[in-house]
Order: sequence, then structure tokens, then C-alpha cells
Amino acid sequence: MTELEMFQAYWWLLIAVLGAALVFLLFVQGGQSMLYCNTTLQHRQMMVNSLGRKWELTFTTLVVFGGAFFASFPLFYSTSFGGAYWLWMAILISFVIQAVSYEYRRKRGNIYGTRTYDTFLLINGFVGCVLLGVAVGMMFFGGSFEVVRTNLLDGASPVISRWATTRGLEVMACWQCLLLGVAVFFLARTQAALYFINNIKAGDDFAAAMRRKVLVNGLIFAVLFVAWVVVLFLATGKQAGPDGTVADVPYLYLNNYLSMWWWAVAFVLGVVLVLGGIATGAFTSGRNGIWLSGIGTALVVISLFAVAGYNNTCYLPSNTFPQSSLTIANSSSSLYTLRTMSWVSLFIPVVLLYIIYVWRQMNRGGITAKDVDENAHQY
Amino acid sequence: MMSVVDWSRAQFALTAMYHWLFVPLTIGLALVVAVMETIYYRTRQERWKGITKFWMTLFGINFAIGVATGIILEFEFGTNWSNYSWFVGDIFGAPLAIEGIFAFFLEATFVAVMFFGWNRVSRGFHLASTWLVALGVSLSALWILVANAWMQNPVGMQFDPEQMRNVMDNFCEVAFNAVAMNKFFHAVASGWTLAGVFVIGVSCWMLWRKSNIEAARDSLKVGAWVGFAGIIFTMWTGDGSAVQVAKVQPMKLAAMEGLYDGKVGQELVGFGILNTDKRPGDDLEAIHCEISIPYGLSILANHDPNTFVPGINDLINGIALTPEGDTVRTVSYAERIALGRDARQALRDYDTARHAGDSAAMSAADARIRDNFKYFGYAYLDKPEDAVPPVALTFYAFRVMVVLGGYLLLLCILAIFACKWKTSWLEKPWLHWVGIISIPIVWICSQAGWIVAEVGRQPWVIQDLMPTNAAISDVTSGSVQFTFWMFAVLFTALLIAEISIMLRYIGKASKSDIEATH
Repeated sequence: MTELEMFQAYWWLLIAVLGAALVFLLFVQGGQSMLYCNTTLQHRQMMVNSLGRKWELTFTTLVVFGGAFFASFPLFYSTSFGGAYWLWMAILISFVIQAVSYEYRRKRGNIYGTRTYDTFLLINGFVGCVLLGVAVGMMFFGGSFEVVRTNLLDGASPVISRWATTRGLEVMACWQCLLLGVAVFFLARTQAALYFINNIKAGDDFAAAMRRKVLVNGLIFAVLFVAWVVVLFLATGKQAGPDGTVADVPYLYLNNYLSMWWWAVAFVLGVVLVLGGIATGAFTSGRNGIWLSGIGTALVVISLFAVAGYNNTCYLPSNTFPQSSLTIANSSSSLYTLRTMSWVSLFIPVVLLYIIYVWRQMNRGGITAKDVDENAHQY
Repeated sequence: MMSVVDWSRAQFALTAMYHWLFVPLTIGLALVVAVMETIYYRTRQERWKGITKFWMTLFGINFAIGVATGIILEFEFGTNWSNYSWFVGDIFGAPLAIEGIFAFFLEATFVAVMFFGWNRVSRGFHLASTWLVALGVSLSALWILVANAWMQNPVGMQFDPEQMRNVMDNFCEVAFNAVAMNKFFHAVASGWTLAGVFVIGVSCWMLWRKSNIEAARDSLKVGAWVGFAGIIFTMWTGDGSAVQVAKVQPMKLAAMEGLYDGKVGQELVGFGILNTDKRPGDDLEAIHCEISIPYGLSILANHDPNTFVPGINDLINGIALTPEGDTVRTVSYAERIALGRDARQALRDYDTARHAGDSAAMSAADARIRDNFKYFGYAYLDKPEDAVPPVALTFYAFRVMVVLGGYLLLLCILAIFACKWKTSWLEKPWLHWVGIISIPIVWICSQAGWIVAEVGRQPWVIQDLMPTNAAISDVTSGSVQFTFWMFAVLFTALLIAEISIMLRYIGKASKSDIEATH
């Protein structure tokens, strides 16, 4: 392995970790989608204020995920964002309307009323989860694009990445991607219910209601996820050969798990932990299901990124021009940039440490109705 | 009919200008709130806690919409400027990632403590959190301005012909070059100014309503000092910016002054009406009714009254300034276009040779590329005049910024004078209204500054290397037009809501005691 390949692999792992953190933190979106599911006004207030103290972490993780991709794999940033225009615009708009909603929903003078901002939160809860899942699905099932670097030399039409005229709409219509998107949505709802059990102290009825939500949403997620994994394992992927030529490989992702067995272990362990989290939330009085499920989710997502990108797999396959498919090797930043950014990445544990410390401080004792009512700053 | 380039530019300008309505207030109010909480921490006076919470709430209302408008900007580099993202992503992506890792997580984590931690963490930890948020917003500004400054002064990189993109070869040069540092301090200090004037204005409103008089006076004092410090730093770094612009973007400086034919001891246009019919190379008068400051532009650009400042015609004809301040005939813009096209042809030859495995031809082509790459972007221009930015907008925006900046300095001095030596003025309605009407003025000044910086650098998205029309994505004009109007409607609606919430909140405070409301 050359030094460049080592740093490419390292940065792909970091992208995977950020992606895993993002999928875990989507419990905020999942919670938003449940605000009007048989909840009382007081419970809704507590749910909003519980999520409102965490929404910025999800938002920031999304932004950092984008920034890290830009820094380490700029050709992905260029091709995917510039090509799947409507997909990314829909995701971004849903996060724009989320960002103001917590702060404005109950402020006097907000003009549009609390219902409007709550609707924004519902839209973000649904669209954000499903379409981010679709975007991840695109990394397995591909898009319709072509990359021709020599276009840069064409003064009249210099764009190097060209997408099909549907510009991302076709990805939103890809059933395999949608299947993953809907699975992510139900995972987010499951984890939101687990988080509410962990964070909100609103009596037995609320906890029982949340446990039912864990069970129902968890079961739907499990069925959808199993179906998607079957589809993934049966899928034909694209892989680059030693000379960079891309070829179709049947059962590529299954083979990747088998050849990189440690990722298969992570995947299985992750699935077990997610199921353990669901079981803890649904059938016991325990409050730590969110952590079992969260760690499990992270392991599964990291392993999925691993089989999407390692082993010369094309992590953004082109269905129309296979030789334009993106691999870790052909889309990364230079050795100098990756090495420099790797020094920067050494600060990530420090960031994680202060996030964990503050999270513990702020979640200590959970949220009660009194806590929400007495705080001058309410959502 | 507007092209996809025009719509993409319009969309980026729209989203950037909306974002910049909120960001400077966030930067400055974070400092104001941190100062106020520090006073509370040191004095333990509850009224300072009430004052801190009052401004913290306004900070929160503004912070949310700043975050909302900010996410679009980062991703627009991909959605609308995908060619740019590839051509320089190896360099440009790094500051954006660092901004996220160092700044955004700091803000996102500790802002929750600021608002919800009063009864959950110790006073000291809460104060530290407030300062960390202030540090976070400034760090965020640092890295995004490093990225912006790099576009205006591309350094620390080399061109890789094999991959047809630029790659970084010196991170420190990218991060800590003089243009970047100057831009950072200028933008952050302008944020302090804006927030200081905002605090002055809102405090004057409360004084005019004769409510919360003590809190308003205390706030006014903090706002005046923060605003004063901000405007002094802004002017100082603005002077540094002018020197940098003269060195690395002389065409922008010429456009700022509407200067076509420069001379030694160049005057600065104090007042003038630009002749919009004037074009490079013609004999028309550039400015009507001109009132000038002798030697002003030479002093501004070079800190020397006897130096030459090139105008638009001079630059097009290749007359430039050496680092020592002497004039020298260099490469005209027509020659630059020819050399840029030669670099492009050399790149084509390199690619052909690479595929043929002809290493000798590759070396020859590589040498031609390296000789002329600094003019690569000119290959995309049709004629030398295409390298001239919109002169009128740059010229007037510069004057608006300078005149209003001078006014804001006087305002801050007046506010300090009234707080410290002439407290009876704090009861005068004229002072209250001066403060109130200064709120929109400071925003106009701030926006004008960015118009100078961004319009004045056109047509370049990366100075001399890539013009805007080569940086775009493969998106249809209709698609971008649709998203432009979508953002226009959405951001306007959110802005109206933000202003309404702020007015209602400030109005409520004007009727009751700030301490009691918290």
C-alpha cells in the first residue's frame, strides 16, 4: 500500500465515521416526525425542547460531512452535488426550514404561527431522513453521469461532470435507494423514541407510548432493512481493476463483506446491537436502549461505507458511463492535502470529548415539564 | 436573456448577501454577550444577568437564521460551481472542513449551554461556554475567509496537468497569507461594529420609550465601546486591504475608483458621478463633477504619495506596478489571452502525449503549461475588456462603504461621549433617533463592503486562473432560475419573521423591566 493509498483509506474511514454519526443523530429528525403522533400539548413541548437541544449537532455533522467530503474527495463533491441537483437541493431546503423552526415556533411575532414551523419540522423529519438515505443508496446503486476531465479544455462548454437531464430526480425514483431511505426514516423514528425514553421524564404513560413506538417503528425498520440488505447482496456492483478499468462484478458487496471479514463482523455486531436497543426500549424499563442502538447503527453504517469504497469498489457508480464511476483512488485529494488534513483530524477526539462532556452535563437528570416551563428560553 | 452563469451568480449573490445580513450580528453579539456575562460574573449583580439574557435571546433569534442561510453556501460550491469544486477542491475544501471541525462543533455544542445551562452548569462553566461560542463564530469566520481570500489571491498551490486540477503544496501559505489575515480581521471587526451599532440603536429605542433606562444605559455603554473598537479595527484593516488589493487585484482597485488612466500621485475621488457610457480605450470623461483628494489613491494603495496607480486602460495595456512602486510594462491583456490559450493547448498536447505514452512530448507540453499557467483563466475570455469588473457598482459601493463607515465612527464616538461625559444627552430624543436610524445604516455599510470585494473581483472566481463562466455546473438555466426564486421567497419570508420576532421582543422589553422578564 502506497502512502497515498493509506491516506485515501484513512479519509474514507473518517467519512464513514462522520456518516455514521450523522445517521445516529438523525434521531432528531425522527423525533420531529413524531411530534403529532398522538401526543398531548405538554408532551409535544417536552419532545421539542428535548430535540431542540440537539438539533444543531445533527445539522453541524451534516455540514462537516459535506466539508470533509469536499476536502478529501473533491471529485465526488463536484460530480454528485453538481449533478444530482434536485436531490441535494431538496435535502438542503429541508434543513434550512428546520434551522429556524425550533427558535421561532413559539416566539411572539413569528408571523406564520407555531403550526407552520412544526410543519417545517415534520417536513425535515421525513424528507431529511428519506433523501439522505437515498443519497447513501446512490453510492451503491449509482447515478446517470459522465466525467470527462478534458472538457475543461473546451472554452464553450468546460464542465467536466455531466449528469442526465433528470439531474438527480432519477435517483429519487430508484426503488433500491428509496427502500434504504424509508428504512433510514424508520430507524430515525425508532431511535427518537429510544432517545425520548432516555431523556424525557414525563411519567409512565409517556414512557409506555414511546416503548410502543420503539416496537412498531423498530419492526418496520427491521423488515425494510433486511429487504434492502438482500437487494444489496444480490446486486451487481462496479469495481476498478489494477489499471483503473471499471467492470461489473456480481454480488460485489456480499463478496466485499466476505473478503474483508472484519467489516462483516462489525456489520453483524451492529445489527445485534440495534436489535438489542430495540428490545431494551420495547420490552424492558431500561433507558439505555438509545446507546445500544446508536453504537449498533454506527457500526453498520461504517461497515456499509467500507464495502462501498474499499477493495477498489466504485462508491459512486455511473450507470450510463461505467468508466466514469468514482473510486477512492480516482476521486481523492492529493497526497499533500490528505496528509495535511490528517494532522487536522487528530483534533477530532478532542471535539468528541467536549461534545460528550457537555452532552452529559446537559442531559443530567433528564427533561421534566418543570424544567421546560421554568426555562426562560423555550422552544 | 440570462444564462445559467448569470442565474448561478445571482443565486450565489442572493444567498451570500442574505447570509451576511445575519453573520456579522452573530459575530458581534457573541462578543457583546460574552462581555456582559463577564461583568455579571465579576459583579454578581442580577441586573447584568437580565441584560445578558436579553441580548442573548436576540443573539439566538439571529443565530438560527444565520445557520439556516449558511448551509446553502457551502453546498452551492458543489451544486452550482461543480467545475470550480474539481479545479481547486484540493485546496479550497480544506478550510471548509477545518471550519466544520474546529468552529461549527464548538458553536453547536456550547450554544446549548448558553441557552439552557443556567441552572445545569456552574457560573464559571457557563461563562466559559459563552466565550467559546464567541470564539467559535470567529474561528468559523477565519476559515471561510481564508477560503475566500484564497480565491482572490491563489497561493500555496501548483497545477497538476495529469489530473487537470490545482493541488495544494503549502498549507501555511494558503491559511496565513496577508490577504487572508487582513480579510479575517476586517470582516470580524466589521461584525463588532455592526453589533455595537445594533446595541446602540436598540438601547436608544428603549431610552426613547423611557423603559429599562438603567439596562439601556448599561447596554449602550457596552455597545458603544464594542462598536468603537470594531470600527477602528475595520478602518485599520480596510487600509491594509487597499494595499493588498493594489498588489494582487489592481483591476479591482481601478474599478473602485473608476480610474481608467492612472498617474504618479493619483488623486482619490471624494465625490463624483460615474459616466456610464465610458468604456476602456475611449476618450470619454470617466467621472463628472469630480471632487478629488490630491495624492489620495497613491497614499491609499501604496502609502506613498508619489507612486503610480494603474487605471483600467493601463492594466489592459500591460502597465503595472513593481513591488518597489515603479511602473513597468508587462503583459497586456490581449497577450494574456493568447498565452492562456497556449497554456490550454499545451494541456491538450500533454493529455494527447500521455495517452500515447510519449514522455518527451509530455515534458515539452508541461514546460509550456508551467510557463503560462498564471494566465490560464484568460483563455476563457473573448477580449481584454471581459476582464473588467462592473465599474459602476464597485465604484458606488466603495463610496457608500467609506462614507457610512466614517459616519459610524462618529456615532460610536458620540455614544461614548454621551455615556461618559455628557450623560444628560442620554435623555435627548435627537440622540435616540440618531441611534435608531443608524441600525439600517450599519447593514448597508456592511453589505456595500462585500459588494466591493465580490463584484470588484469579477470576472474571476479564482483570480486570473478561472473566470466565473468556466466554474459552473452542468445545470440548466431554468433549474437555477427555479431555485433562485425559491431561495428568494424562502429567505425573504424568514427574514420578515426574524425582524418581526425581534421587534416584538424588543417592544416587550420596552414596556417592562428586563430583569423581571427573565
